[in-house]
Amino acid sequence: MFKHFFNLQWKSFFRAASFKTNLAYKILMIFMALYFILVFLSLGVGSYFIIEKQGLGDPLRVVNRFMIYYLVFDLYIRYMFQKMPILNIKPLLYMPFKKNEVVTYSLGKTVFSFFNWMHAFFFVPFSIVLITQGYHPLAVLTWHIAVMVLFFCNNFLNIMMNNLDKVFYPVVVLLAIFGFLQYKGWFDITTYTAPVFDSFFDLPYGGVYALIPCLLLVLLVVTSFRYFRKHMYLDGGLATKHEEAKTEDFTWLNRFGNLGTFLKNDIKLIKRNKRSRTSVIMGVLFIFYGLLFFTGSIETYEGPVWGIFAGIFVSGGFLFSFGQFVPSWDSSYYPLMMSQNIQYREYISSKWYLIVFATIITTLVSSFYLYFGWQAYMAIVVGAIYNIGVNSYLVLWGGAYIKTPIDLTSNKKAFGDKQAFNVKTMLLTIPKLVLPLIVFAAGYYLISPLAGYLAVALSGILGYVFKEQVFRLIEKIYKKEKYKTLLAYKQTS
Amino acid sequence: MISVHDITKVYGSQTVLNIPHLEIPKGQSFGLVGNNGAGKTTFFSLLLDLIQPTTGKILNNEVQVDISEAWKPFTSAFIDETFLIGYLTPEEYFYFIGELRGQNKADVDALIGGFENFFHGEILGQKKYLRDLSKGNQKKVGIVASFIGNPEVVILDEPFANLDPTTQIRLKQIIRDLASDKDVTVLVSSHDLMHVTEVCERIVVLNKGEVVRDIQTSPQTLRELESFFAG
Repeated sequence: MFKHFFNLQWKSFFRAASFKTNLAYKILMIFMALYFILVFLSLGVGSYFIIEKQGLGDPLRVVNRFMIYYLVFDLYIRYMFQKMPILNIKPLLYMPFKKNEVVTYSLGKTVFSFFNWMHAFFFVPFSIVLITQGYHPLAVLTWHIAVMVLFFCNNFLNIMMNNLDKVFYPVVVLLAIFGFLQYKGWFDITTYTAPVFDSFFDLPYGGVYALIPCLLLVLLVVTSFRYFRKHMYLDGGLATKHEEAKTEDFTWLNRFGNLGTFLKNDIKLIKRNKRSRTSVIMGVLFIFYGLLFFTGSIETYEGPVWGIFAGIFVSGGFLFSFGQFVPSWDSSYYPLMMSQNIQYREYISSKWYLIVFATIITTLVSSFYLYFGWQAYMAIVVGAIYNIGVNSYLVLWGGAYIKTPIDLTSNKKAFGDKQAFNVKTMLLTIPKLVLPLIVFAAGYYLISPLAGYLAVALSGILGYVFKEQVFRLIEKIYKKEKYKTLLAYKQTS
Repeated sequence: MISVHDITKVYGSQTVLNIPHLEIPKGQSFGLVGNNGAGKTTFFSLLLDLIQPTTGKILNNEVQVDISEAWKPFTSAFIDETFLIGYLTPEEYFYFIGELRGQNKADVDALIGGFENFFHGEILGQKKYLRDLSKGNQKKVGIVASFIGNPEVVILDEPFANLDPTTQIRLKQIIRDLASDKDVTVLVSSHDLMHVTEVCERIVVLNKGEVVRDIQTSPQTLRELESFFAG
């Protein structure tokens, strides 16, 4: 029986549409995976010595202190990206397999997920280092097992709380608040959680305490097994959840005429689809990206030129996360758009206005950067001007070459889609990011700091002046690429 | 209304469509039948400029469709679910299409009000997005949306497929009413020979990309078609 399952799995992996992408992307993914493995490995080997050198105390205790954050962050990553096993068992239901076998297979499969064993790259070397540094081998072993078991608990927790947004987000927000409180030194949740993890190590009862997570894991496995066994019906656990739909008018947008029609649609697109919502949330997170630069927490980011870099990202979060994928957002109904009474010009302008509105709002919201001095906020404002005047065109232009259909209802490829590695879009990032830095550096170092900011703003305004011409050019490219785009969107992955 | 000149569509070494000449006069109800792969959807896609012809041209009311976009205001179509916007409710979708076709809300309401019978209480006010409707109900929405804005050319690909018997009968009546308007040209494709013979004045049979029969519908047409397809 398992031979069949294995065979199916093998084929589904190697025949997946995403697997047949271009070679460059595959190589890049391998490098990414290797990079992460390397980072985890070197952290595993090195963190003991780093912590010791920094004089933070007993390295094991330090790791234990932060374990709670690690675990919750892991859960968060899983929740966002780990694929659920239930989706592909539908065709197996009426086959001559016992239901128990199907459930065992589906749940068992998740155990082998990368999300589980990547942590081993950290914990195995770390544990070995602990033993070589004279920690009691047996104690290290019980600790190691207990912690790894907790990650597997996460695996099953994630399966059971799939699609429970209402439970999940508050937990993450709560933890973020605890993290902030701890950073400020007001309240330290780890004083309560660290002893739990310490107990797995501390002799003589470490082994006994380590049994608790093991029991928890068994409990979770049994519960999720039962849960799936019970809900393996098309109208039960396998049913896709339907949100209740509400008709919305947005009549205030009517004053924009045809443009308003598209804007209404785009707002609904963002509101009602998982994938676009995630993108916009990511865009909002970009607002805080600047904190890395302006608080001086990372040394290499301290040059004034990096301020502009941050300014472009802070004000352009929406532009990069959403704008980048125009027109792929409309991929599932592109034939409709192409045969309706729509001028390309209006279609593109509506997306452009959306990007511009979002950029302006983001810039206003990020005025709290004034706290870090006027230069910080100045960098963001001129970054916004450049984004509106130049980058907004560039993302729309680049979009014409991005021909990957987007599945709006799934989050699967929200990061690292293969289109990011399209050569043409790669080339377009140069004027998007590098050019403003050069313009700024030229003004800043050759004339005066203020001239640098002015130069960036001026190039943005210059771009805006040529709006008509650029739009005509983009329209032409969209028209030229129309048939290829239609064909590509047909091949849903 | 529509005239086809030397249209071919070639993929690799395979010619999927080859129509030297075809005229569809204004007001005609035109049926297209053929087996899978006969080129029906290819023909409709060419008409809507969704794919490029390898050679030849199609004129829709004197507008060459792959050069100018001026055919769009008077042409509407429902080919498949890629003509639907999944995250909209049916009402929102109708208004969206209406706005694109210069119809205000009241116009659209008046039009869809006439189809309540056809919708059978399963479309309007259901608190569901289009993506959550059944295939048949999605089809009803797409078909009715293609009537918005008084189009002069209506193209429906396989409109009867996935519909329940009651709805099929109602749809036949709707298409007949539409076809009786001498300003509206209706193009319908179908696998169901009976349905097309009932609603179309003229039936063209495609086989492997070529026109093999061009029939003015008469009482004998159904038998003629059946003997052709029985092969």
